[in-house]
Amino acid sequence: MERVPLERKVLSENDRIAAELRARFQEHGVLCLNLISSPGSGKTSLLERTLQSLPRQDRVAVLTGDIQTENDANRLKRFNFPVKQITTGGTCHLDARMIERHLADWRLEDLDVLFIENVGNLVCPASYDLGEAAKIVVLSVTEGEDKPLKYPSIFFKSDLLVLNKIDLLPYVPFDINAAADNARKVNPGMEIVRVSCLTTDGLHDWMKWLEQRRTTHKSVMQETAG
Amino acid sequence: MHEMGIANSLLEAVRTEMGLHPGTYPCKVGVRIGEMAAIDQDALRFCFEAMILDTDLESLELGIEVCPRQHRCLLCGRDFIFRDYDSRCPQCASLETSCISGDELELAYLEVEEYGASTAGAKSTQ
Repeated sequence: MERVPLERKVLSENDRIAAELRARFQEHGVLCLNLISSPGSGKTSLLERTLQSLPRQDRVAVLTGDIQTENDANRLKRFNFPVKQITTGGTCHLDARMIERHLADWRLEDLDVLFIENVGNLVCPASYDLGEAAKIVVLSVTEGEDKPLKYPSIFFKSDLLVLNKIDLLPYVPFDINAAADNARKVNPGMEIVRVSCLTTDGLHDWMKWLEQRRTTHKSVMQETAG
Repeated sequence: MHEMGIANSLLEAVRTEMGLHPGTYPCKVGVRIGEMAAIDQDALRFCFEAMILDTDLESLELGIEVCPRQHRCLLCGRDFIFRDYDSRCPQCASLETSCISGDELELAYLEVEEYGASTAGAKSTQ
């Protein structure tokens, strides 16, 4: 019997493509953000509000993933930014190859921000690097404040937690401070914004986070170029 | 349920590696899974076994090593296991710590046996 050391990643093929994507985003100065949540937490609503409030000349695009239907792309196309639907046909997450394929006929030099809306799932998308600069997790107040403890991976790997549907707080037994504490237990450095995509409360904080991220990204790019 | 895809990647890697070891068959593949890797061990085993059934890899065993989440103190440099969501350094009590491991999803090793060395467990493809 001989034991051969392997020492490589199981998803090395996905990681290889993700690294290539990351290098291309870097080269063209694209800030890529990967939005992850359970189904129905409000990823598409957050993107609708975001696209609605961005100036039309902003160079922003969206790839949106679902198992079936073009519904999300149709919702997002109303704002006249480039939007493409990825239907996975059953797969519970997006992988780097799907992103590569769907970016094929877009010119990255024409983009500053690329949003990727992952398939609604709090587990599997955590394992697949898509070449993004940051993962963002959305949790709505109808779900349960212990979700960060029950599904720690995605909260651990995300830079920002968007607590959505805060307009419903008076009607549901959701302790929003406990939810924030739980998220920070899993990920002490996590940033958190509280929003309602329905009433637009708190969206200013989300847009501010996005703006800061874009500025930082740009300055890092310039430093790298210089 | 992405464990099926993970099991598939695992078996692809085994087959690729076996190309480098002619005259042998694989007995066991070892993986390291971090506790933050979002992989369910039982689901991975189930998928792995379903995928090798009635194939030349039917006798392949799966070894799983679970890796705890480890942090390093940014003040005193101590490495420690992150337990019960307490990120405080056990040495100097600092909260300034950073995660250094715990989201592994790695192939660790492959155990191979020469054909004829032992017939136990070998489903020969000769």
